Order: sequence, then C-alpha cells, then structure tokens
Amino acid sequence: MKNFWREILRFLAKKANSIQVLSSLLAIVFGMLFGLLVMLIVNPADAFPGFFTILTGPFQAGMRSFGNMFYRATPIIFTGLSVAFAFRTGLFNIGATGQFTIGAYIAVYIGVHWGFLGPFHWAVAIFFALIGGGLWGALPGLLKAFRNVHEVVSSIMLNYVAMYLMILMVKRTVFFGDHARSLAIQDSAELPKWFLGSIFPGSSINIGIFIAILFVAVIHIILNKTTFGYELKSVGFNKDAAKYSGMNEKRNIVLSMAIAGAIAGAGGAVFFLVGGRYLHVNAVLMQQGFTGIAVALLGLSAPIGVLLAGIFYGFLELGGLFLQGFDFTREIIDIIIAVIIYFSALSLFLQKFVASYIKRKTEEDVEIAEGADIK
Amino acid sequence: MIELMNQLNFAFPYIIRAMALLSIVALGGLFSERSGVVNIALEGIMIMGAFAGAWTMIIVMNNMNIPLQWNAFIGLSVGAITGMVFSLFHAFAAIHMKSNQIISATALNFFAPAFAIFTARSVTGDRALNVRLDYAISEVPILSNIPILGPWLFTNAYLSTYLAVIIFIVAYIVLYKTPFGLRLRSCGENPHAADSLGVNIYKIRYAGVMISGALAGLGGVMFVLSFSTRFDGAVAGFGFLALAVLISGQWKPIRLILIAFLFALFRVISEIPDELVGIRNLNLPQEIWRMLPFIATLVILAITSKGSAAPRAVGEPFDAGKR
Repeated sequence: MKNFWREILRFLAKKANSIQVLSSLLAIVFGMLFGLLVMLIVNPADAFPGFFTILTGPFQAGMRSFGNMFYRATPIIFTGLSVAFAFRTGLFNIGATGQFTIGAYIAVYIGVHWGFLGPFHWAVAIFFALIGGGLWGALPGLLKAFRNVHEVVSSIMLNYVAMYLMILMVKRTVFFGDHARSLAIQDSAELPKWFLGSIFPGSSINIGIFIAILFVAVIHIILNKTTFGYELKSVGFNKDAAKYSGMNEKRNIVLSMAIAGAIAGAGGAVFFLVGGRYLHVNAVLMQQGFTGIAVALLGLSAPIGVLLAGIFYGFLELGGLFLQGFDFTREIIDIIIAVIIYFSALSLFLQKFVASYIKRKTEEDVEIAEGADIK
Repeated sequence: MIELMNQLNFAFPYIIRAMALLSIVALGGLFSERSGVVNIALEGIMIMGAFAGAWTMIIVMNNMNIPLQWNAFIGLSVGAITGMVFSLFHAFAAIHMKSNQIISATALNFFAPAFAIFTARSVTGDRALNVRLDYAISEVPILSNIPILGPWLFTNAYLSTYLAVIIFIVAYIVLYKTPFGLRLRSCGENPHAADSLGVNIYKIRYAGVMISGALAGLGGVMFVLSFSTRFDGAVAGFGFLALAVLISGQWKPIRLILIAFLFALFRVISEIPDELVGIRNLNLPQEIWRMLPFIATLVILAITSKGSAAPRAVGEPFDAGKR
C-alpha cells in the first residue's frame, strides 16, 4: 500500500500541474469537512446522514439523477468557462451574470416569436444569444481599453443594467401578465434531447451538455493551440510587454471580454431554451454568473478543469436537493463552495505544502533505493 | 414653488439615508484600499454585519425593556464587531498568505448570504429575520423646526445617519492628520519605502482591512434599520454600489461623499417616482429610473478614470524581498 502511494506521488511529481490539481482537491476536502462541521454544530443527529446524502446525491435515483446532474451543471459550465477564459487573459469577468441575462432574454424572445425557423429554431436562438452576450461583454472591454475603467466595477454596474433591461424588455415584448413572467417558448425552440432521453430516462437532460463540451473544446484549443490565444494570454500576463512586441493590446482586451461575454450569453440561452422555464420580472440578479466564478476558480481557470468543476457543482447541488428530507437547507452547499473558494485562494500556501510533501515522500524513496544498492 | 419645496422635503430624508449608508461603506473600502488591499468583499461583510446586528436587536427587544435607539446602537455595535472579525479572513488570506485578493473576497461574498440564510433557517425556521420595528426618529427636538434644514436633516432621520457623520469626520482626521493615516496611505502607494522607514506593513494593512470590515458591518445594520426591516441574507447590492462610489470618488473622502449623493439621488428617484410629480410627468418606465444610477456611474467612470488615482500598490501582496 505504502509503495503504491509512493508510486502515485512519483508519477504526480513528473506531471507539470499535478501540484495545482492536488491543492484544488485538498481545497475541496477542506470545504466538505467544514460543511460537515457546520452541520454537526447545527444538528448533530442528522449531520452524518445528511452529509452522506450530499455525497451520494446523484446515485439515489439511478441514471435519472445522473442526467439531472449534467443538466444542472450545464449553465454553470458556460458561466464558469466565461470567467475562466477572462481570467486567463488577465481580466476578471464578474459580469457573466449580466451577459447570461442578455443571452437569456434574446433566446426567449426568439423562442417565442421566431417560429418560422422550424428545425433551426433553437440553434438560431443560441447563435443570437451568443452575439448579444458578446456585445454586452465587449462593453466593459471597451471601457477598460479606451477609458481605463476597471472591468470589475463596470461589469458590476452592467449586471444591474442588464437585469433591469431584461425586465423592461420582457414586459414590452414577451410578457405573460397573469403570472408576471415571460411567455412559453415554442416547442421548436426547446433544446432537443436526442438519444439522451433514453440513456437517462425521466431526467431533464438535453443536448445543452454537448454544446457546453463543444465550447470547452473550442476554448481549450483557442487558448492553448493558436497564436490568437497566445496573444490574449500575453496581454493578460503583461500588457506593456505585449504592446512592445507588437500586439494590439487594446483590441485584445476588447476581444477577450467579447468572447467571455459570448460564452456566458450562450449559457443563458441553453438554460432558458427549456420547456417550463420562464424569465421572471423580479429584480434579482441571476446567480449563475457568480457560481461561474466559483467553478472557474475551482477548475484552475482551465477549460477542462471548468468542465469537471461544473459537473462537481451539479453533483453537490443535486445532493443539496435530496437534503430536504433532513433538517438542513440547501444553502449548506453554498457554504461548502465558499470555503472551497477560500482555500483555493490560499492555493499558493496549499501548493507549497503539497509540493514539499511530495518531495519528502519521493526523496525518502530514493534514499531507500540507494541503500539497497550499497548492499 | 411650494409644491417643489414639499417634494424636496419629502425626498430629502430618503436621499440622506442612502447617502449615509453608501459613504460609510465606501469609506470602509477606502481604508482597506488605501492600505493596499483590494476589498470587493464589502457586500459579504455587510451581510454578515446585518445578520448579526439584526439578530441581536431582535433578541434584545424580546428580552429587555430598553429604549428603541439604545437597541439600535447595540445592533450597530454588534454589526461593526462582526464585520471586523469576518474581514479578518480576507486580511489573513490577502496579507499573510499573499493570496489573490479578488478570490478570497469572492469567497467571503459567497459565504455570507449562504451562512445567514442557513443559520436563520436552522435556528428559527424562517430564512429571514424580522426586525419589525420602525427605528426612525420622527422629529429631533428644536432642530427639526429650523427652516429648510429641519425637514431635510432632522425629521424622519435615523440615529445611524448622525453616527455616520461623526465617523466620517473622525475618519477624515485619522486619514489626513495623524501619523497612522500617513502610514496607511504610504502602505498603499509605496510599501517598500514605508517598510524602509520602519513601518510595519502587515500591521497597518491588517488595521486597514479591519476598519473596512467594521464600517461595512456597521453599514449592514444601517441597511436593516433604514431600508428594510426584513433581512433575508441580502443588502440590495449596496456593497457593490459602495465599491463603485469608492472608485468613482477616486479613493478620496470628500469626492466620495459627492458621488454618494449623486447615487442616492438617482436611487431615490427610481424608488419613489410616483410621489415626485415633475418626474411622474416624464412618464418613463420604472426600470429606466432603476438603471439610471448604474448608467450614470458608468459615464462618470468613463470620464474620470483616464487619470485614475488608484493607490499604486493596491492588490499587490507585500514581499519584502522585492525591494
């Protein structure tokens, strides 16, 4: 057993970002333990069964629960990817919420009114939501590039503007007054399920998860395999150096924010192009954008990491739903996630800790091996 | 003319209370950022302060028979202390652990509402806390009879507003007239120079963040007292607004008050357009008015940020070896 562990550590020591991944996992463990602790304080009797429920959430109703897990993860993967992409290019996109809202409105508008599109209906809705989110995202980019306005502040402002704009437009164009919400979208605008319906019977899953994976793949390629992505990253890393080496840093900032916004906008469309889901006219910011920040951080701002972290979030959220049988509310999930983010903020420290642990263990190994030679 | 006067008399107390709240929380942010630590956790800290303060006020009200304003004072103090303690998490991560300050602040923003709702639900069964009582001081004796100023400042006012004025004056003196204030500002501009002169950067930055925590916590209770007596784990985005006020105010106390006034003005116009006759006649949808403060901020930012006066070392962890 001990040798096995050592082999794993040795393998990890060779991999470049394994230390980061390990410290992320460690943050998850700390977050879960903290959640357990809170539950123990609040209600010791139900704490362990409740905690067990969170951990086993998706396994409770078979494939249906798994389908729902992916379904819940989908919008968060979009917003997480949006935030992560901006992070990699040196920008903090706290405005994913606003971009998500704009995308959602555009998608619902097209879903309600553009029935003539037939089989292309949902795809066109996503496309225009993507454009709308991109333009909305470009605004803080423009303000940053040309007017030196910090994108965090302008994005926060634009979140509220987007929310009120959405309410105003829903009331004017797609309003169902009796229920204070948007009209139902047409059937042709709903995202199809394809074969997923038979794999995960009874669940709400649709092809949104595939679209999310497609976006993850595209962003992964842009960031890691193209000159364009390299430029974006270098502007984020050192604006002045990038400018000196002939890159157009202003254009790149605007493009980064526009792409981040487009991803979030598409997420809004995917979330709302579902039967039985409506835009409500309450002045409440959509939470998906903020959850996206958490998922981006947890996924180490790497597209693949975001995909995994998003699914992990869906997993936790589903567990939170099953908590209803106990004396806990689903907010325990958010507490756990907050603690996980906090520990990922301490990642420098955790990484040092993990690195020194691996080094100690693997060096012990070397000493033993050398000892054997002398014999 | 009399009509206009009546409307101003009606609107002004609302403007004053929003302005007091925004400037106190933004002032908190100022202490943190001028010491070199970005603090976008103001919203979360406000929520924690509001939660602890509201709960304390409910308990005190149910068990003790003390005057209303004393209870408000107790609530405000508890909120400030809670905010200070909660902000220590951000301080520890940002200063000692040299973490990404935006990430640790985001964690705090995430934690606070979840914790407030979770705890309230687990203990009382309701996700919200009902403070129920009206803490407004309807008339301050003598002062409320002064023409113009009387109805604007001394009717329908809150204890917290007067407290805010005192705190603001004290804070201004501390920042600009004391050695501590000078050190604090130098830590945000050039920590290495300050370090070479024997200033303990860590201590000053801890102090900066803790002051911001105390003021944001206080602001949270102010929100509960004067905006909504039902607290359900949210402070209506005032923490984020305060951040915008701080930045549009270029990290300077006096400018910050002016910006806070503008914000408050637009907010009040958006909240009560029906009572203001002149504005009702414009016949714009309510949502447009609601958007206005945010759009106005964006415009102000776009005009003023070119020569931004952000503290030079804000957001950078202090590393003595970098000098």
